Amino acid sequence: MIVLNNVHKAYVTGTNSLHVLKGVDLEIEQGEFVSIMGSSGSGKSTLLNILGILDSYEEGSYYLDGTLIKDMSEKKAANFRNELIGFVFQSFNLISFKNAVENVALPLYYQGVRRKKRNAIAMEYLERMGLAEWAGHMPNELSGGQKQRVAIARSLISKPKIILADEPTGALDTSTSYEVMEILKEINNDGITVIIVTHEHDIAAMTHKIIRLKDGTISEVIKNGDLMDFKHRYTKELETA
Amino acid sequence: MFDIDKWQEILSTIKKNKMRTFLTGFSVAWGIFMLMILLGSGNGLSHGVAENFKNDAVNAMWIWTGKTSIPYQGLKKDRSIRFTNEDYTIVDNLKGVGAASGRYFMGSTQYSFEGEYGEYTTITCHPDLKEVERMIMEEGRFINQVDIDQCRKVVVIGKDIYTGIFKDKPAIGEYVKINNIPFKVVGVCVEPGNTRNRSGFIPVSTAQKVFNGSNRLHSLAITIEGKTLAESREVEARIKNTLARKHHFDPKDDNAIGMFNKLEAYLETMKIFKAINIFIWIIGIGTLIAGIVGVSNIMLIVVKERTKEIGIRKAIGASPGSVIGLILLESVIITTIAGYIGLVLGAGLMEGINIFVERSFEAAAATNGGRGDTLFRNPTVDINIAIASTVLLIVAGAIAGYIPAKRAARIKPIEALRDE
Repeated sequence: MIVLNNVHKAYVTGTNSLHVLKGVDLEIEQGEFVSIMGSSGSGKSTLLNILGILDSYEEGSYYLDGTLIKDMSEKKAANFRNELIGFVFQSFNLISFKNAVENVALPLYYQGVRRKKRNAIAMEYLERMGLAEWAGHMPNELSGGQKQRVAIARSLISKPKIILADEPTGALDTSTSYEVMEILKEINNDGITVIIVTHEHDIAAMTHKIIRLKDGTISEVIKNGDLMDFKHRYTKELETA
Repeated sequence: MFDIDKWQEILSTIKKNKMRTFLTGFSVAWGIFMLMILLGSGNGLSHGVAENFKNDAVNAMWIWTGKTSIPYQGLKKDRSIRFTNEDYTIVDNLKGVGAASGRYFMGSTQYSFEGEYGEYTTITCHPDLKEVERMIMEEGRFINQVDIDQCRKVVVIGKDIYTGIFKDKPAIGEYVKINNIPFKVVGVCVEPGNTRNRSGFIPVSTAQKVFNGSNRLHSLAITIEGKTLAESREVEARIKNTLARKHHFDPKDDNAIGMFNKLEAYLETMKIFKAINIFIWIIGIGTLIAGIVGVSNIMLIVVKERTKEIGIRKAIGASPGSVIGLILLESVIITTIAGYIGLVLGAGLMEGINIFVERSFEAAAATNGGRGDTLFRNPTVDINIAIASTVLLIVAGAIAGYIPAKRAARIKPIEALRDE
């Protein structure tokens, strides 16, 4: 599904060059539930942006669903994003002057679905998120958890194969965070690949695979079987702290 | 490009960002509004003046006598020049002269009818005076050639004489006494070139016999055949040279005879109005440019303000083309509607002023023998110019919107989303 070979990325600002990703090799199968961890500056958000075709990379190769994603035209990238990828952001990124149902329906607008039809579909997704009665509300009338659920509904409406979530629980309290993670888990159970970036261990522990980034390279991949061990280590870390 | 959904998307965006829409629209509407008012006022002014000129034939010329100021051919200066019937005949037969009439003014002649008396001016003339002065016949006819040939004792009275001594009784066919000599009234007239109508007109031939005017004429009123100023000046020079030869004065002597060429004055005035018009256009175009700058300025802010929204749209699959379309169409819709509003308001205001001006003109005309004095008439703008400037503003608005839209399309979604 996702194959990265030796991906390099540097941000050039003026004469300074910041080498963020220094050769990332990664393989994620269809239907996996993956979290990317790492301290700030380790390149986790950059990696997610590259996975989401929101950013380019200089070296290496990235295959998404068998297609090489490199130096793509903006239009084609937009198409890919629209059809294959759903985004969930830390700051929700809902359009402030559109109500919940219109926000959810927006990806379908870019697929050319008629207004009535897309709003009907959007309602279905809002219902699934338990937000049917909030459909007509504007984002600023919703709580953080509700906003994030609207954002998740929006990311799902185009039936993507991958959900990319950048700190989806970063702006939420613990109980709301767990609710959101439950939803993401359900989505994963439907066979959609879910990749989240987080720096919270308890959130990461709910996924099936943890990729630890350190200084622009993958330092550790903790797979399903080792998760118990990870959890153990995590609690130990908490105790010592 | 023209699917309903896109329009709905844009309209809902416009509806939900009222302040932004208003600001963009206002600068456009204001620009067009001001342009309409400026151009309308300019047009009103030049229409008003042109109207005033219409009162006499535009190609009219008056020639009167004076005293020589330069010694010529052994004759001393300060010699009075006198016109006679002969001069009329000579000038009338000159090439380039259209209608021609001699005039002899008899000031303070007494008019009486059935016990009503009045002091009025009597002007002796030829039939062509009617054409030169654009006289309007209220009733009856003007002096004709038969009156001249047969020296008929007929008179055409001005409207003020009619109201003064006839007191609304029918006048045509009645005999009015001018200095105790009865003349048959054949017409009642109005002189558009004069604010009053206190003159009676009698055939020049009759007057010279009856009132012992011998063959003298005070002035000549003619029309010139020739549309351009050059042609008109040529005829003017020809008349002057001919009269100079006959009366033995220096053709360079400006005091021997006086000449007033209406066309020259008309063209001079029109030149001033052309200059005023150019000035108005410069201001108008300046206003338009200010409007355009306003639109592009606001569009730049709009793009800045919408960076995050554009980032979101791009993240969920908006292509650069659709982003450009979104911003550009929004700007075009707003400028079109606002431009139209400005156009309607501006044109409406000028039409309103027009109604007011026409009313006051009519009121003035009613008290002044069908003639109103005004400097301001029909202050309306050519609809084609109005539409053209609106279209220009829309196009300019689109171009002004395109640059920021293009920039918006280039926004990287991540950068936009990072923009908190």
